[in-house]
Amino acid sequence: MTRLWAWGAFLIGAVFFALPLIGMTEFSLKMRRGVYSLDAYVKVLADPHFQQTFGYSTLMALFTIVFGVLLVVPTAYWVRLKLPRVRPFIEFITLLPLVIPAIVIVFGYIRLYNTSSWLPLTGTAMGTNILLMFGYATLSLPYMYRSVDTGLRTIDVATLTEAAQSLGAGWATILGKIILPNVLVAVLSGAFLTFAIVIGEFTMAALLDRPAFGPYLQVLGANRAYEPAALAVISFAITWACMGLIQLVTRFSKFTEAQR
Amino acid sequence: MAFLEIEHLEKSFGPTRVVKDFSLDIDKGEFVSLLGPSGCGKTTVLRMVAGFETPTSGAIRIDGKDMVHLRPNQRKIGMMFQAYALFPNLTVAQNVGFGLKVEGVDKAEINKRVEEMLGLIGLPELGSRYPFQLSGGQQQRVALARALAVRPRVLLLDEPLSALDAKIRVSLREEMRSIQKALGITAIFVTHDQEEALSMSDRVVVMHQGIADQIGTPFDIYNRPKTRFVAQFVGTLSILKATVIDPAKGEVDVAGAKVSGLDLPSGMAKGSALTLALRPEAVSLKGERGDVKMAGTIADVDFLGSVLRIKVTANDTTIAFDTFNDPSSPPPRIGDKATISFSKDSLLVLKD
Repeated sequence: MTRLWAWGAFLIGAVFFALPLIGMTEFSLKMRRGVYSLDAYVKVLADPHFQQTFGYSTLMALFTIVFGVLLVVPTAYWVRLKLPRVRPFIEFITLLPLVIPAIVIVFGYIRLYNTSSWLPLTGTAMGTNILLMFGYATLSLPYMYRSVDTGLRTIDVATLTEAAQSLGAGWATILGKIILPNVLVAVLSGAFLTFAIVIGEFTMAALLDRPAFGPYLQVLGANRAYEPAALAVISFAITWACMGLIQLVTRFSKFTEAQR
Repeated sequence: MAFLEIEHLEKSFGPTRVVKDFSLDIDKGEFVSLLGPSGCGKTTVLRMVAGFETPTSGAIRIDGKDMVHLRPNQRKIGMMFQAYALFPNLTVAQNVGFGLKVEGVDKAEINKRVEEMLGLIGLPELGSRYPFQLSGGQQQRVALARALAVRPRVLLLDEPLSALDAKIRVSLREEMRSIQKALGITAIFVTHDQEEALSMSDRVVVMHQGIADQIGTPFDIYNRPKTRFVAQFVGTLSILKATVIDPAKGEVDVAGAKVSGLDLPSGMAKGSALTLALRPEAVSLKGERGDVKMAGTIADVDFLGSVLRIKVTANDTTIAFDTFNDPSSPPPRIGDKATISFSKDSLLVLKD
């Protein structure tokens, strides 16, 4: 009887989750009257604005990931190695982007870095891009930090560091050749999550007026019928592909066993 | 001048002094063990030599050169850890060659040295494996090869055998010692296992509460312990309460038996109490050897296979001793009368 209830709950959940997706996918295939077709997808993919905004967001995601890795890996490593007492404090800081809305952060940025400020980043396109990248890095911080910190927990950071030091390695070698490769799966998990966040982010890109994929989605959604549904399906596919890749790198890591 | 000099080393963590005025000179090629219970400061001394801890005061010199101000990666000191500490992302060969790669040695030379080291530890065919594909004993062998590959000036061993099972531990300790001898490398070995320390070392440092209680050869440490702690920590022994009868003649009363000619500590007066100790192998049953005889009752018999550990109580003093198992005669029974004997020279006078 209990089992039946459990299956019932599972089915309701699955229907609640899957039905809108199925409906949306079905709608996206109905652009040509009376038959299913991929017309909406062809139209979207052929749209130069799609290519431009998707390319821009992908590039921004890559820069955000690189910046995030360079910021988070050494920080999480150092906190684990030398400052375990400040770990709760660092965890609290990394959680702040979850409770501070993106709109507040971006207004803060605009106020701090406007053209009349001491660092007028919003005065140029490049400056605004950099600002947006910092914003994305902030938004993805909770996920990136947690992924890396969990990865670091699976290895004996202190002993590996000391072993490398006794063999003559400096900090850069230790981080680059020992720590980073051993938490690479965790870093990739964080990277894929960052990618998914950046691709779908709207608020920051719109308020900083950058040609990102999120604002393009919104504009298209306001003016077209079938294309937004096709775009939403594409976005889902990208996010799910990221999730799948996380699973894949975890499963096929050559030395996963050793990390346990 | 000794090769490795440790002078008046002190280390405090906050208000706690974990190492107190520790001094030790080690010659080139010597194998010295730091032996002691948990929390005695032995690992802290080792970590200060390695550079992972900074001494509060004192000096560490290798070949006359000050080490205290050098970073760990500048000291050229090899280290083996209890937890193996092999790099999980690197193969065995890459692990062994890691230090050489960091040094900037060319690839052909690294390959040659790695091959040589894997041959030395008897695992020439495992170069392409990852650490997780090796047993604990194999991993620790690879850790030894990795530490030796860079030709360190000193090899530090931080309880490297503790995580291994008993049989592997014995075979690996013999192997480690023979490799150390063959290469003539200076080594400091930290352990809480007295058998390991006694069997492997040229000299043993017994540490207690941050102090080197005694430094000596394994033979001296075992047979001539200087403090009660050393006597009790190294090997098993029976503690005997004695009363001084004649300090000039070194005569005492031990459990009703008079023993003379002991080397008593200076300042002992007639009637003062004294603590003596006796190793189990110094005592024989049935009065077979020695000049001191005691009559008592069998209090306990432990059958350990080749050896019987027997406890005899004589005048409220319990003396434990070992005797070989004799298949032709059954072990004594609890409550039997027995006479034990031992040489007065085997009595250890303990200082607190």
